[in-house]
Amino acid sequence: MKEEHFQKQIDTEQKIEPKDWMPEQYRKHLIRQISQHAHSEVIGMQPEGNWITRAPSLRAKMILLAKVQDEAGHGLYLYSACETLGISREKLVQQLHDEKAKYSSIFNYPTLTWADMGAIGWLVDGAAIINQVSLQRTSYGPYSRAMIKICKEESFHQRQGYEIMAEMAKGTPEQKTMAQDALNRFWWPSIMMFGPQDSESPRTGNAMKWKIKRQTNDELRQSFIDKTVGQAEIIGLKIPDPDLKWNEERKHYDFGEMDWEEFWNVVNGNGPCNKQRLAHHKKAHDEGEWVRNAAQEYAKKQESATN
Amino acid sequence: MAKNATVWEVFIQSKNGLAHKHAGNVHAADKIMALENARELYTRRNEGSCIWVVKSSEIVSSETEDSEAFFDPSNDKMYRHPTFYTMPEGSKHI
Repeated sequence: MKEEHFQKQIDTEQKIEPKDWMPEQYRKHLIRQISQHAHSEVIGMQPEGNWITRAPSLRAKMILLAKVQDEAGHGLYLYSACETLGISREKLVQQLHDEKAKYSSIFNYPTLTWADMGAIGWLVDGAAIINQVSLQRTSYGPYSRAMIKICKEESFHQRQGYEIMAEMAKGTPEQKTMAQDALNRFWWPSIMMFGPQDSESPRTGNAMKWKIKRQTNDELRQSFIDKTVGQAEIIGLKIPDPDLKWNEERKHYDFGEMDWEEFWNVVNGNGPCNKQRLAHHKKAHDEGEWVRNAAQEYAKKQESATN
Repeated sequence: MAKNATVWEVFIQSKNGLAHKHAGNVHAADKIMALENARELYTRRNEGSCIWVVKSSEIVSSETEDSEAFFDPSNDKMYRHPTFYTMPEGSKHI
């Protein structure tokens, strides 16, 4: 009866709100997905933070700082949404540290050159936007509202990345090589950000029925590729996929096989930077503990002074 | 581990003359920190001219499950709406 009412709400495009009844599996799925999304925003600050002190100009440095601050903000919107499902932020962070919760594998790749800031903004944020635009219509109200806010801020991120790539692609031969190299390294991990193929994605069924997800991994991936090919052409860079070809019949680009062995290897903790990313997050969290404690003590003092 | 920080709901007035609107929440130990965190989180792009923060635990909400009964008194009073009334044909500005 309750479940029927719930499904009817979903089917008629009414958002589910925190106080509404929901199946335990729906709650679990959301906690997993939203926390993974939140952790990705927060861990995603690290590869970019790596270049703040070495940005090539004051303009680039200020933009990168603003972008990294936005990522922190996006993480917080998402943690807030996740907390409405009855889990505390402390527990969410603990799950990340215990490796029970994941974050997007893309952030386990190193950022070797300034061009990587371009590739991340253009490709990684570009892929994230495709996913997030679709998630604005997700059935859980707080998640949907967080997505709407994030999408408003995210398009500057993609543009700043594409601008970097465009500048470098028309720069010196070394700069162009650097841009192409960044594209070569980030292309495949970016298109794998959408997750396993639909045939290999066990949770897609419920996620679609409950409208947590509105489009499948493969649909989103295709949409990203179709949008990005032309952008690469305009700035004179080549997407590193010999099988990439326009398919007139499908009205979509065909593309090559993704290396799923590498994907799962990185997901399971063996990517180039997994250990470093997590260790850094733990360190920052631990080193901030005295600040959190001091803030609490100060608040207590203030309260007793006014009483 | 420090105990869970207090959650504060954030309301933003986007410009003078408009109502404050719920924007989301922040974690903070005290009210000054709550205001500053809210500013950093919700007004990075000139979204606000004034911010209210209030402890989430101080908010009283009606229950979704009871909403039918709770809002029932307003359901059957169609005469509160201007469309309820029949106006003489040709009457204007009313």
